[in-house]
Order: sequence, then C-alpha cells, then structure tokens
Amino acid sequence: MTDFAVQCENLVRTFREGQVRALDGVSLNVPSGQVFGLLGPNGSGKTTMVRILSTILKPESGTATVMGHDVVRHPERVRRLIGLAGQYATVDESLTGFENLRMIGKLNHMESAVVVRRSRELLEQFGLSDAANRPTKTYSGGMRRRLDLAAALVAQPPLLFLDEPTTGLDPQSRQDLWGVIENLVEGGTTVLLTTQYLEEADRLAKQLVVLDHGKTIAEGTPAELKAQLGTTVLALTFNTQEDAARGLELVKELSNVPPIADGTIIELTVNSGPAVAADALRRIDADHLTLAGLALREPSLDDVFLTLTGHKTDDVVETATDEHQRKARS
Amino acid sequence: MSTDNLATSKTPVTSLADHGGSSIRWAISDTLTIAQRNILAIVRIPTSLVFALLQPVMFVLLFRYVFGGAIHTPNGIPYVDFLIPGILVQTTIFGAVGTAIGLAEDLQRGLIERFRALPMARMAVLGGRTVADFLRNILVLIVITVVGIAVGFRPSGGVLPYVAASLIMLLFAYSLSWGFAYIGLKAPNSETAQAMTFPLIFPLTFASSIFVPVETMPGWLQAFAKNQPVSQTADAVRGLMTGQPIGNSAWVSIAWSIAALAILAPLATRAYRRVI
Repeated sequence: MTDFAVQCENLVRTFREGQVRALDGVSLNVPSGQVFGLLGPNGSGKTTMVRILSTILKPESGTATVMGHDVVRHPERVRRLIGLAGQYATVDESLTGFENLRMIGKLNHMESAVVVRRSRELLEQFGLSDAANRPTKTYSGGMRRRLDLAAALVAQPPLLFLDEPTTGLDPQSRQDLWGVIENLVEGGTTVLLTTQYLEEADRLAKQLVVLDHGKTIAEGTPAELKAQLGTTVLALTFNTQEDAARGLELVKELSNVPPIADGTIIELTVNSGPAVAADALRRIDADHLTLAGLALREPSLDDVFLTLTGHKTDDVVETATDEHQRKARS
Repeated sequence: MSTDNLATSKTPVTSLADHGGSSIRWAISDTLTIAQRNILAIVRIPTSLVFALLQPVMFVLLFRYVFGGAIHTPNGIPYVDFLIPGILVQTTIFGAVGTAIGLAEDLQRGLIERFRALPMARMAVLGGRTVADFLRNILVLIVITVVGIAVGFRPSGGVLPYVAASLIMLLFAYSLSWGFAYIGLKAPNSETAQAMTFPLIFPLTFASSIFVPVETMPGWLQAFAKNQPVSQTADAVRGLMTGQPIGNSAWVSIAWSIAALAILAPLATRAYRRVI
C-alpha cells in the first residue's frame, strides 16, 4: 500500500471540443490521513479534478490512481473507497433524509441492518434526527448540505472528496462543518477538499495546490504559501491619485511582494500588520501627505492570485459574507 | 450538529466486502433500489400521481360522456368498449413522459453524478427507472379497468385474452420507456425534456385508433394512422379485450416493441454513459 491516497500525473481534460482546457497537465500527490486542499476560483479546474478522481469523468490523457487503483482501468475498485459530497448537495428531494441515506447505503452494497443502523447514527450526529422522516425538499440549505455529507459517509470510505463543501453556508454552519472534517481526519480519513476560501484551506489543509485555468500555479503548506505572500494586507487610501503615486514611492519597500496600486488605493502585503502600519504612517506623515483611509485585512484568494499570477481571478470570487447576505435576503 | 465520535463510528465497515461472483445479484438489487426510489417519487409528488392516475380517469369520463356520443364505432360495438383499451395505451404513452422529465431532473440536480461515483451496477439507473414505469403501468391497467367497468366497459373477450392484451400493452410501454429515457438524457433540463416529448406523443396518440376509428380520417392521414405502432397496439389490445378479430395487429405490435427495444435500449444506455 502506498502512502499516497491519490496520485495523478499530467491530467488533461478539455471541454467544448478542446476550447476549454479545464485541466491542463495537473499532477498531484495526496498523502493519506490528512486534508489536502485544492484552492482556486470558479473555472480553475477543481471540480473537474474531483470528477476525474471519483470516476465520473475520464481524463483525456495522464494517469490517476486512488489508493493504488487506476481510475480509468478499475473504476469499480475506486468507487468502493471513496465518498463524494459538495456544494450542490445532491439528495433526492422526494425521499426523506433517512430514505436517502438508506438508498446510498444499499447502492454501496452494505447489509440492510448495517445500513439502517449507520443511517440513524449519521442523522443523529448531523442533527437531522428530528427531520429524518421528512422529505428533503422541506430541508433548509444547511440541512441538505449536512445530509449530502452524511450520504458520502454512509459506507465509511477511507477517502472523501469534498467539492466546495462550505460555499454558500452561513458562518456557524461553516464552523460546524470544519469541526466534522477535522474529526474525520482524526479518525484516519483522507480528505481532498476544494475551496475558494483561503481561510478554509488555511484552517484545514496540511498541503495545498493552487489551480488557475487548469494549471498548478503554486503548491506547498499553507504556511509556505503565506510566507510567500505575507499574512496581512495593509490597504492605504489617499485623497487623489497623485498622492497615491507619491505615497507608493514612500512605502513600497515595506511590502513583501510588489505592492498593488489601484487608483487612490495602495495595498501592501506584510507580515507584521500593526508595526508596518505604524511605519507607513510615519513615512507618509513625514512627507506631509494625508490619508483618507487605512485598513488591515486577511489576504483573500484574490490577493493570492494577484501575487502568483499578476492577474485577478477571472471570476468574481464571492466572499462568504456576500453570499450569506444574499441568502438571507432571498 | 454534533461533531463528536463521527470518525470513530461503532458500525464496522462492511461495504468493502468481497463482491466476487455475485454481480448479477447486485445488479438486480441495485435496479430494485432505484425502482423503489422512483416509485416513492411518483407516490410522493402529488402532480405525478395526478399525471399517472387522475388524468386518465378524466380522459375516460371526457370521452365516455362528452365526446363519445358523437363518435361512431365500426361493427356497432359500444363506444365505451372501443374507448377503454385505447385509454390504456394512451396512458402508458403519457406516463412515459415522466421518465424523460425525471431523468432530466436527476441529471440537472447532480444525482446521476452521485450514482456514478457509487459502486452500483451501471445499468441500474435506467433499469430501475424503466422497471418503476412498468410497475406504474400495471397500476394504471388495474385502475383504468376498474373505472372502465364502472362506466360500462364490458371486456367480453375472456380472461386469457385480457391478460394477453395487458402483456402486449406492457411490452409496448416498456419499449417506449427506453425511448423517453433517451430523450431525458439528451435534454438540457426537465422543461425542455417535457417540451421535446410533446411533438412526439401528440401525433402518435391522436392520429391513431386510440379514441376514434381511423376510417373517418382523410386518406393521407389514414395511411399513417392505420399503420403506426400505437394504432396497431391499440387495435390488438382492443380486439383481444372485447373479443373482436385482431388480424395480425398483435404480432405487428410485438414486432414494433421488440424492434424499438433493440434500438432504443442501447441508444439510451450509450447516452447514459456519455451524459457527463
């Protein structure tokens, strides 16, 4: 048995007759027993990767093995080792929560008695016992997501694919789900997690690969990525573009990576936020410039992309808060 | 949500058990699991139950009491005896639309993707769906027969011919299920799936001998209406149930069904393999 739960080399998959290169030669080694993060915006190839590894799609070229089994040659062996859950929460709306889990258990060829016991156990653990006998179309978004994850866990697979499991969830549900994932990994499960959130990857993943347009643009531990990037973004807002241009000359050496200037705003990526902020203020003050605003924030996926590729993510990457607010409104 | 003890479940892992030699047993078991799911969906969703049962009953009442008096039947057989076997065939055709819509919905929602990542038999998704259709059609057969008898239908052909007629109808309906499954897999969404079936089922059900004798239709239409498979099936079912001569319509219907199955089942299976 290998130490890697997933190994793939030069995976290529295109769509629309080759016009879209969803995966363009990606190689991965996912060590067993930890969370491995695939970070990237919409359309970067994360979901295509998960679909290939879970035998839903076939790659055009390249190889992939799951626990030593080739996903193209022995998909039936791979399917017995994996669980799949994601942002689309694919549950059968006309069935109850219990019936959904029972169906998945049966289709995993488990014994009926075991399926029933395991389904009840999972419903209990995911706080769905009270709703167990209600059709899932009456479930809230968060409940569906939990049931979807429960369905992926019915057969207790040693490898779990989680495709943007917290996209669209409110902060509390997100925290809960993170707890669940950490628990699973403690029990020996390997998790391949895709996410658009740097925070999520940072919290859960031991190792990360950053994808952009189907290509790996960075890999390493979250600490390594952040060291490359700085841990804090210092945003300085000036009154005019001329002021911003003068200010940029004064503070640019404080940034770990080349600072980003956009109109009247300058963004510096730094390690020690408050100290650098104080230093920047002194320099600006000494030059008799005034600031319109100053903010310190965590780097986002956008910052990672700017740093790594020099371009912003093509998609508008929604923050958790944006989506939560939209959900609350609707 | 409790996060304790999730990883260390008390239930032993049994799903990775050896499957050697029992793949046919699992294929049957998976097909029945999917069929059960689809039956539950029909029963749970009120509109689909209406579609499956209430609508044909309305058709019976409409044609029996509203239109029936104006329709002249050949050989002077009562119109109700002409109508009920026709309604049976029509209901199975309309019911098959549900297969197209259901599969398109499963695709849209990502359920087919989930099934594909499971160690279940490949064929079970389509197999289970068509088996569910088959069971629904048996229910339709029973309900329409009972309602028919209540409104004056007198199947005078005897029990064995009635059973033979039912089998011919069920076989025809089963072959149709595969065709509608194909449409469901090819449609981009469930609304389109429904729209795609319309231009198909309309001429097949109405330019046929289901509701009216084809003899009153204009010549060009008669040529189509007389020979198309729905009419052949309706003629065979009607003749057997009411004890009238059926000519070779039973054999023609069976031949159509087998030919359709031989073409449509592989077509739908191929579409299922390529659908994602």
